[in-house]
This record gives sequence, C-alpha cells and structure tokens, in this order.
Amino acid sequence: MRIDLDIIQNWIPARTRVLDLGCGDGYLLEQLGKNKQVSGYGLEIDHEQIERCLARGVNVVEQNLDQGLGNFADDSFDTVVMTQALQTLRQPHLVVREMLRVGRECIITFPNFGQWKARWHLAFSGRMPVSDLLPFEWYDTPNIHFCTFKDFEVLCRENSWTILHRQVVSETRIGAAFKDLVPNLFGETAIYHLTR
Amino acid sequence: MTTLSTEKVSSPATARDSAAEPGSVGIVAPQSHTFTEPLELACGRTLPEYTLVYETYGELNADKSNAVLICHALSGHHHAAGRHSPDDKRPGWWDNYIGPGKPIDTDRFFVVSLNNLGGCHGSTGPASINPDTGRAWGPDFPMLRVRDWVHSQARLADVLGIQQWAAVVGGSLGGMQAMRWSLEYPERLRHSVVIASAMKLSAQNIAFNETARQAITSDPDFCDGRYLEQGKLPRRGLAVARMIGHITYLSDDGLGKKFGRELRSGSFSLGAEEAVEFEVQSYLRYQGDSFSGSFDPNTYILMTRALDYFDLAREYDHDPVAAFSHARCKFLLVAFTSDWRFAPDRSREIADALMHANLPVSYAEIESPMGHDAFLLKNERYQRVFATYMQGVAAEVEREVN
Repeated sequence: MRIDLDIIQNWIPARTRVLDLGCGDGYLLEQLGKNKQVSGYGLEIDHEQIERCLARGVNVVEQNLDQGLGNFADDSFDTVVMTQALQTLRQPHLVVREMLRVGRECIITFPNFGQWKARWHLAFSGRMPVSDLLPFEWYDTPNIHFCTFKDFEVLCRENSWTILHRQVVSETRIGAAFKDLVPNLFGETAIYHLTR
Repeated sequence: MTTLSTEKVSSPATARDSAAEPGSVGIVAPQSHTFTEPLELACGRTLPEYTLVYETYGELNADKSNAVLICHALSGHHHAAGRHSPDDKRPGWWDNYIGPGKPIDTDRFFVVSLNNLGGCHGSTGPASINPDTGRAWGPDFPMLRVRDWVHSQARLADVLGIQQWAAVVGGSLGGMQAMRWSLEYPERLRHSVVIASAMKLSAQNIAFNETARQAITSDPDFCDGRYLEQGKLPRRGLAVARMIGHITYLSDDGLGKKFGRELRSGSFSLGAEEAVEFEVQSYLRYQGDSFSGSFDPNTYILMTRALDYFDLAREYDHDPVAAFSHARCKFLLVAFTSDWRFAPDRSREIADALMHANLPVSYAEIESPMGHDAFLLKNERYQRVFATYMQGVAAEVEREVN
C-alpha cells in the first residue's frame, strides 16, 4: 500500500466527482468509491493496469495524458488527482494547468529528486540515481521530467497556483525523522493539494 | 436463403458437443416466435405481426438475471455461436467470443442472439410474404430504425421471461442497438457493451453506404426491389455492394498484409498479353459472390439505411450528454486502432458523453491491423478486456442471486 494514496483520500470530500490521471490499478478510485461514495474515472494507458481496473470494477478510460485533457469541460470535476505520473509527462506544467481547468482542485504526488539519496548518488557515484522507488536506468526510464519540491513550488508561484496543503512522505526511518525539518532533502514523495 | 416457418419451433440449443470442440457451445438449433401484437414503428407504420428467429446458448438461472442479448451488425444474424451440424464448415459469426470459458461465458450467462426484424435469415423482412398481398414485401417492407429493433427485442425478452438483461452487447450497428437500449429501456439492462460503434455515422460512412445501395439498385435485375416477384435476383449489384463494404471494413495495412500484390494468375513478363489477376481481386469477388447468394438485397438496403439514420442524440437536442442522462446502466466501450469506419475517436466521443453524464464507463482502444472487422476476430488483448469486464458482470449477477 502506498502511503500517499491514504493521505489523498482524506483530502477528497465524500460524494464528489474525481478524475484520476494515470490511475494505475484503480486502488485509489476503488477505495474512494467504497468509503466515500465518490464517483470517479481513471485515465490510464498501461494495458495491464487497465485490466486490473476492470477487474476491480473501476471506471477506466484509455487515454494518453500527453495528448491533453481537451475532451473534458471546464470545472467538470471537483478534484483531479495525479499520483506519481508528473515526472513521466512530456509537458508536466501544461497538464497541471489543464488539471486546474477541468477540476476546481487538484492533488499531485511525485518523487522528490532532491532527496538526499538521489543527491548522494549523483554527487558521489557520478551516475544517475537508481533506487527502489525509481528503479530505471536513465535510457529506458519513463521518468523524463524530474523535479524537486522546490522546483515544483517555483512552478506553482510562477503560475499563481495556490497550494492548499503539502505533505511530505518518507518511508525510511531517517526520512521520517527529518522530513518535516528539511523536506526537500529528506522527503521521498510530496503530495500537493492545489487550487487556482 | 433459409426461411423458417413459424410452426417449426425447435428445441432449445442446449445440446453440448464441447468434448469435440473445447470452448464451443456445440450443436445448436434456431428457434422462432411469432408476435401477434402489432408493433408500431418509428416511420409511423405498424407491423401487424412478425416472426423473430433466435438462438440461445447456456442456461437461464432461476432469477432470470443472467441473460445477455447479442445485437448483430449489418450483415449478421441469429447464428452467433456453435454449429448447426457437425459438418458445418464454420461456426457462428461470434464464436470467438461466445462459449464456455470465452468472454461471453455460456457457463455463466444465458445468451440470446436473434435475427433482427427486416433480416433475411428467418425473421420477418422484405423477403417474407406480406399477408395483405400474398406476395413478397420487397420494397414495401416498412423502413426500420434501430429503435424498432430494440422494441422488438424487448418483446422477445418478455416472451423469454427476461425482465432485465445482465448485458446488451453489440459491435458496429449492434453497438448502436446496445446504446439505444440504454435510453429506451433504462431499467431493463445492467450493462451496455458497445464495440467499434458510433453515436452517428459520418458523411463518409453514409457515402460508402449510398454507393453500396446504388450498386444494388442499378443492377437491371433489381426491378425496383420486386425481383422476387419477377423471379430475379440482383446478385451482381449486391456482390459489388459487399465488395465496397469489405474493403472499408479492412484497413490498408490489413489488406496489404493479407494479399500484398501477389498474383493469382497471369504474369508481368514481357510478351505476356494475358490479363493479370491480383489475389485481392479474386478474394473480393469470392466474398461478393458468396454473400450475394445468401443475403437479401432489400435487407441490405434496409439495414444500411438504419445505420445512416441512427443518431443517438437527435431527439435530445443533439446533445449526447442529455441523451445519456436517461441511461442507468454501466458501459464498456471498445474500439480498434485501424478501424476507419468506426474510428476510435467515435468511441471516445461516447466515453466523453458518458463521463459528462456521470455514468459508469470504461474504454479500451485495442491495437489491431484488421480494421473494423477486428471486432469479430481473435485478438488477445480484446479477449482479455472483454472477458475481464464480463466476469465482473457475471459476478455482480451471481452475488445478487446468493
């Protein structure tokens, strides 16, 4: 179970409409449906994940996020969620902008490239970080746009997006101890709750 | 053309011969029912009585809640799965997807597949006798719309004691019926499975259908549609119509892979004067010829018109969201990448309208080089998507029984 998905559930009010971009196996939407009567749709392109959604009875629509959200009207969802997909997009900033057009609020999670392990890896081995969380080599990684928490917050400022909440998650003991003190160095995953 | 008399009601197709052919429903036999309550049609006319021919596979549960309706496409009919006799060369048209352990699993579902009204495989249609004149209906047979089929299918459901379908399933024109069901009888289906379909045809699609109809009506043997009375059959026209259809149901890539520029006869060597025949020519002619011997030209005209006229949202102010706001069921949509007559974009439009109407919908876009025909053919991912969804439907129904 991913901690970020549990936290996200708390930020989504009951009986609202949710769009989940890159919804994976549909776990979050399934939980939101069961526990909060949220009506939701997931967008996904991975074939196996789509089948997992179907097996769970989660609404899943095959759609590539890189082609935009032009098929969704303004304000057609209460919340648009995107977990761990920001770094895989060709134009992440445009997708976030679209998320805030389609939904009144959005929730975004992404891995922190500024975390100490990644910094350590790059600084001392001189090679691109490969870890449990990001287990790919640089040439075949789906993660093409890494950023740090700081980078993301600069983007929010430049676009005048309001950050309603931010929560930093770390699953290691060191990370858990220091993530609130120096989040950009110790947080593994950030969860941002944004509005226009 | 086989025509079943109404008296010849055969036993239900429960005989199983699956030991011989795993995954098959085995040997099946059609049944028929004659409806004597008049059917009011969308065109304003009334059909005083009519017969529908259908097949069933699997067993209806005690609650009568596990029934699945199969809606056929343009040239389809009731024989969707199994074989009529052990010597049948080919099984029913959707045997790839209907049978024990197949996506429409006959171990769990009771499957009903009919020949639509206006058809030519035993249900009342233009080749049937008009009781008022004692002659074949021919061009006087009423124009039908998709909703007329849906209403007649609902009557068949009544006869079979099925109050609510677990799912109504169809590809192409069949998908249009599955969508229309969700609007006409929202409480009478749990799921609508719409494969390679569209909310309305494009101008290009209508153009292809018109060319096909012109091929038929310009055949001198068409006789203004009264060819049966004249003892004639516009076979050449129908064959050309079928050839046009066939080309457009495949993709450029699919045809290329299958035939390339292979020659059936003749050669291009210098000095060879004999005309060359490409494999694709011979294939198309064979398809056209075999079809024109087994299909009624007036039915072809009628069904292509029903396709052209279909516009899901016409009476809802052309707003698909307003149309679907009447639906209550869940939807599965499937489209195929190389299908250019019912392109994936058409299915995405359906998905968008359904999401906007806040209805449950899932959509998968299947990679296939086989064009529109892909919905009939074996394809691993299509099979998995379809099966996974239908297992969910079966589980839902079985949960309520227990």
